[in-house]
Amino acid sequence: MATETAADVLHASDRADRRREGKTRLTLKIRRFNPEVSDESWWDEFTVFMEPTDRLLDALHEVKWHQDGTLALRRSCAHGVCGSDAMMINGRNDLACKVLVQDVAPKATVEPIRGLSVLKDLIVDMEPFFEGFKSVMPYLINDSGEPDKERYQSAEDRARFDDTTKCILCAACTTSCPIFWGDEGYVGPAAIVNAHRFIYDSRDEGSRERLKILSEKTGVFRCRTTFNCTDACPRGIQVTKAIQEVKRSILFDRF
Amino acid sequence: MATTHTYDALIVGAGGAGMRAAIEASDKVRTAVISKLYPTRSHTGAAQGGMCAALANMEEDYPEWHAFDTVKGGDYLVDQPAAQLMTEEAVEAVYQLEHWGLPFNRTPEGKIAQRRFGGHTRNHGEGPVMRACYAADRTGHMILQTLYQQCVKRDVKFFNEFYVLDLLMQDGACAGVVAYELATGEIHIFRAKSVLFATGGYGRMFKVSSNAHALTGDGPAVVYRRGIPLEDMEFFQFHPTGLNKLGILLSEGARGEGAILLNKDGERFMERYAPTIKDLAPRDVVSRSIFQEIKEGRGDGPNGDYVYLDFRHMDPKILEEKLPDITEFARVYLRVEPTKELVPIQPTAHYAMGGIPTDINGQVVTGPEETPVPGLYAAGECACVSVHGANRLGTNSLLDIVVFGRRGGAHMAEFAASAQLPALPDDPTKHTMDMLNGLLTRDRAESADDVRTELQAAMYDLAFVVRTDEGLAEAQRILAGLHERYDRLGVQDKGSVYNTDLMETVELGFLLDCADTLVTAARARDESRGGHYREDHPLRDDANWLKHSLAYRQPDGSVALDFKPVKMGPYIPMERKY
Repeated sequence: MATETAADVLHASDRADRRREGKTRLTLKIRRFNPEVSDESWWDEFTVFMEPTDRLLDALHEVKWHQDGTLALRRSCAHGVCGSDAMMINGRNDLACKVLVQDVAPKATVEPIRGLSVLKDLIVDMEPFFEGFKSVMPYLINDSGEPDKERYQSAEDRARFDDTTKCILCAACTTSCPIFWGDEGYVGPAAIVNAHRFIYDSRDEGSRERLKILSEKTGVFRCRTTFNCTDACPRGIQVTKAIQEVKRSILFDRF
Repeated sequence: MATTHTYDALIVGAGGAGMRAAIEASDKVRTAVISKLYPTRSHTGAAQGGMCAALANMEEDYPEWHAFDTVKGGDYLVDQPAAQLMTEEAVEAVYQLEHWGLPFNRTPEGKIAQRRFGGHTRNHGEGPVMRACYAADRTGHMILQTLYQQCVKRDVKFFNEFYVLDLLMQDGACAGVVAYELATGEIHIFRAKSVLFATGGYGRMFKVSSNAHALTGDGPAVVYRRGIPLEDMEFFQFHPTGLNKLGILLSEGARGEGAILLNKDGERFMERYAPTIKDLAPRDVVSRSIFQEIKEGRGDGPNGDYVYLDFRHMDPKILEEKLPDITEFARVYLRVEPTKELVPIQPTAHYAMGGIPTDINGQVVTGPEETPVPGLYAAGECACVSVHGANRLGTNSLLDIVVFGRRGGAHMAEFAASAQLPALPDDPTKHTMDMLNGLLTRDRAESADDVRTELQAAMYDLAFVVRTDEGLAEAQRILAGLHERYDRLGVQDKGSVYNTDLMETVELGFLLDCADTLVTAARARDESRGGHYREDHPLRDDANWLKHSLAYRQPDGSVALDFKPVKMGPYIPMERKY
């Protein structure tokens, strides 16, 4: 970095003061990691002044854009539908764009989601997560031929799997699961949610195969029903319930 | 050293258009998709209300009625043959998505349910029609998920978090692209016989926007810098109902289900502006009406700058079942309970009608003669076919991406099957390396965010719902200054691993280029049409302006305009009343 002149510093502090008027002070304690800097992670603290109704994501942007440009995170839609910015906020998984500053001020601790390798700061390796998703055949299977128009489905049958269609693959559930932290083989809650979405779709014919996959040792019976996943889901999906339904189908439905 | 990859068909962008193209092409030729995001992060997933097709599941309807609405909704700047084709193929496109598992809402007899949407009418404007096929208020999410599922099924090759920074051309044909791998900072050359851009819009140039942070006009800017013109850039859609200040979208489906707009006096003001279809008038009409209300002092709030969307009279069950997400947005971000309280809203930058000019097969065409660029394709919001003309109708974007994504994917595969792989130009990574090295070696004199914030403020103040020559001239002056500052920017992060500081600064450069074309074309067009409203020229002027603009980048960075005729058809331009 070039040395800052006194004028630069003054200018920066003026600007910072203007930004503070009538705003909420928030101290962010962020777990950092950068393989180009160190093999170990470390903690940094930043103080920002935000509108109380700003999102935690806005506060992270304030840090990145005006204090430390090296801070790395993923984000896109900024309103809870793209699933990019799952992180651990005060010990709990959530989307940074769905948490408001007023709900965490004056201090928030931000860490990457757990159980996936950290690549830099809040960015983790998502490949194992998506591999788990792909392993459950997450697509409609129906070899009975396609009608000229739509397949009919009653509103009741459509409602049967509505909850699990909401999944945005943010990984908040899977990375809140203690079994997943300890067992890389476990497909995890999100993959089961996406299997559930097809298993209970009246148009699908692939349930037998999916249930077989999920009955294996990497499947649903790893779940110990801690409900972390349900608590973590930013879409409000009853994740644990979905997992229990899949378990029951394997045990009793004899597909 | 750059790594070189070779494919037949290469798709840039993994939203609805890109994945639909990939599904089509990957069955036929060696295909790969490059995306700066993971595919399921794409902004298609944020689309809410529906996808229109004249299935006639609820009431009488025909593709021809849909075509008429599309042309009239676009204020007659629509290329009519393209609109006719899209509305005819719409029906099959919806059935295909259903066959792939898309969980549409259903009618009591089990058919795909449909609802009303802005500007979609029965028999050429007689009244609203139920045409929008939907999955609650997350239709885009369901389309994105369904297309991704189909890509997984077909084992489509994705390069996730690879950012395309340059288009490679050789002897006037497309030879591939250059991409930056975010995880490592490595440069990759992708050679291909055909390349399709499906990178989405550039709504992040405005302060109030429904668009994701990622929507920075990458595709349009990359091709523009290589001499390809951009069409109809002055036409940008401002959606009437964004959450106040935040711009987060509240679907038009809300009004389709019965929500209404109120001013601060509690008056349902749309009855005055569009007596026949009222709150379901097209978006440009409603956004202008809101601005008029605010201008005349009937906006509410400390600055009198917002109006309300009212759900209070609606059955809470409808909100819960058909509009659950937008209800939650109001609760989470404004702490307003829509079943009991009014929701403050304001127009929000939403959709780019303009973009990379293409024909109905997604092939990029340049100049008034529409000369095809061999091997180069575009589809979706980054393209301009033009099916949306001067104002897109709600739901027609989801339709556009599946219809023209499929057509583009099919044509690029067919082209690639018989084409030779073009040679690479000399020093293919030079342009990219120069750009990145400049940003990496300069010190951070100021934050790129300061430049971006000023860009967004200028575009919001001067090039939004209401425009004037004076304001646009001011915007041009501001943009020139921002470009100068941009050229001096350096990033603080000098590393190779997930250097999102670098990526965001490149994105800002793309946004600035798109803003140049928008403002220049908007200043030239001294008429009002669709989403482009000039207070100093409030009427449509068909005698002089029934034509598409083409913006070319000049060597000095300035914009030169050319024009081409609108492809007419059965619909004769008439006054647009609703």
